[in-house]
Amino acid sequence: MIIDFASYIIGSPWNLPPALVFYVGAAFLLFSKYLPAPLILIATPTVGLINLITMENSARLNTELLSYSVELIYIDELSFLFGILFHIAALFSAIYALKITDTRQHVSAFIYVGSALGAVFSADLLSLFIFWELLAISSAYLIWVQGTRKANQAALRYLFVHVISGLILLAGAILHIHKTGSIGFIDIDLTGTAKWLILLAFGIKCGFPILHSWLPDSYPQASPTGTVFLSAFTTKVAIYVLARAFVGTEVLIYIGAAMTMFPIFYAVIENDLRRVLAYSMINQLGFMVVGIGLGTAMAMNGAISHAFNDVVFKGLLFMSMGAVLHTTGRINGSDLGGLYRKMPMTTSLCIIGAASISAFPLFSGFVSKSMILTAALDEGYVAIWFLLLFASAGVFHHAGIKIPYFAFFAHDAGLDAKDPSWNMLLAMTFAAVICIVNGCYPYLLYSLLPYPVDYRPYEWSHVVSQLQLLLFSALAFAWLIRSGTYPPELRSVNLDVDWIYRRGIKSFGSNALLVFDRTTRHLMFIFRIVADHRLNPLVHHLKQHGVFARTWSISFTVLCIITLLLAYLVHFFLYT
Amino acid sequence: MDSSKPGIFYQPRTIRRILAILHLACAGLFLSDLIFYRHVVDPIEEIVGFYGLYGFIACWLLVILAKLMRRILMRGENYYDN
Repeated sequence: MIIDFASYIIGSPWNLPPALVFYVGAAFLLFSKYLPAPLILIATPTVGLINLITMENSARLNTELLSYSVELIYIDELSFLFGILFHIAALFSAIYALKITDTRQHVSAFIYVGSALGAVFSADLLSLFIFWELLAISSAYLIWVQGTRKANQAALRYLFVHVISGLILLAGAILHIHKTGSIGFIDIDLTGTAKWLILLAFGIKCGFPILHSWLPDSYPQASPTGTVFLSAFTTKVAIYVLARAFVGTEVLIYIGAAMTMFPIFYAVIENDLRRVLAYSMINQLGFMVVGIGLGTAMAMNGAISHAFNDVVFKGLLFMSMGAVLHTTGRINGSDLGGLYRKMPMTTSLCIIGAASISAFPLFSGFVSKSMILTAALDEGYVAIWFLLLFASAGVFHHAGIKIPYFAFFAHDAGLDAKDPSWNMLLAMTFAAVICIVNGCYPYLLYSLLPYPVDYRPYEWSHVVSQLQLLLFSALAFAWLIRSGTYPPELRSVNLDVDWIYRRGIKSFGSNALLVFDRTTRHLMFIFRIVADHRLNPLVHHLKQHGVFARTWSISFTVLCIITLLLAYLVHFFLYT
Repeated sequence: MDSSKPGIFYQPRTIRRILAILHLACAGLFLSDLIFYRHVVDPIEEIVGFYGLYGFIACWLLVILAKLMRRILMRGENYYDN
């Protein structure tokens, strides 16, 4: 394997595996005493970006793992676009985190970015699984590093959910490999149980309804800089793999529509503004999932370009809220307000992000989201289109208006604050420029898309209908605020699905364990009496042709081990 | 900057102006449907001011339902800490 790598890298010096660039960057951060950390932080994504842009289309890196041939670089339009996106996100996140002195944060962030790139460029299930797990572990550290008790617990829950997602992916992959004999992930044709297991694993990372609660649970607990990294990669890797393996899967249309709808209600009543953004992220992912489910060229273009724009504008919004948290130490809507005079730059940049996520004409969301809505209508999914339109109005309401309004305007909380350091402002400006460029001149982004784009966003009908939707939503907000009907920001917790494993199962589980313990004790007592008398007939199960002496297939054994691991994980999570 | 003076966005005059502009823009967009042709795919889009009406109703409904949701789902800030 090492020889494979060495000969490949020596053979063509610029065709480096994108993941490797970041892993080397992480190693430099960890071990280099002479190179300053900010230099490595900027240089790594830059070198990675040049490497990717100059990479030959035919670049392939095959190597061997566990007697399977695995492919670590697979380039086509889809992986290339996500590759470019992840490098851009890594660059602005790294600039944002430039002044953080804790090297461990940078190291785990780079391993995280590298693993996301590894997953995007891997062409087989085996390497995808490995990067999938590395993604989980490295990102959990970004939550852990905050150091508070709440963050520690949230990180543990986050890791728990993602390791389970990995195990389910492994189980699905094993079933698929066993059935087809192929480990390839590109143009994969999934069927039966393997298909549903892999969809479930992807769905957990993508925030499907009911499986979503790790997202609003953990992201608001990470450090201000950590959340910026987190928001860019995990869920977009999930979108990428769905776009690879589940194009045109109809159930995704309904799942996606549900994802666009339910989080907006939570976002309206949530007080923690970073949690509002986390809910809003599920809402945006929903649009992409609908696009993938529709599977037409227009819908796929919409889903993929929206993933690109979402990483940038959501990054910008998380950065602006991070700046507020960083300078004031507060992030609840009930504690904030009136900051626009003290943080004018942050306010303006946040408004650009808010306009982009709301899909205002001339801002990035407009040129991508509208493709998904148009595709839904073109394909005759009128009810879904109605829901998506509702969610579009909703997202403007909670992310477009609520976030800037409660942080920077509303009642003046009289907080002492100022705009953050130059590097944070630079990172936000970088993201804001991309939002505006993609909004005003979408053809650069369109040229990177996998299908030819037959869509002109700036037509009278599109612009007027979108402006009507948004401005009348703003009117509703204004009337609701003026009439005092709008729900005030309250210090509170809103129950979500995570209640089941944070409260429900634990109380149910400890009672069940007590009952189980008592019952087994009684049973063992009876068993011992019976066994003493009738032990002999059991012996033959252990003999040559007995149940316990049979050989089991490797895949069955591995499935058993995975089940055991899962059971252990659940037990560990609940009773430690 | 004189911090004792209310900021520009807290002065009643500014708020009145912003609201007036918003109302005018909405009225203009609504009326534009009467004058200009808007390309439609589904017949329901032909209703004059359809997008505006839908956006307004959606937001109103969103807030009312979310307020109802609060009654069921809202707990104290330290709910999970105990």
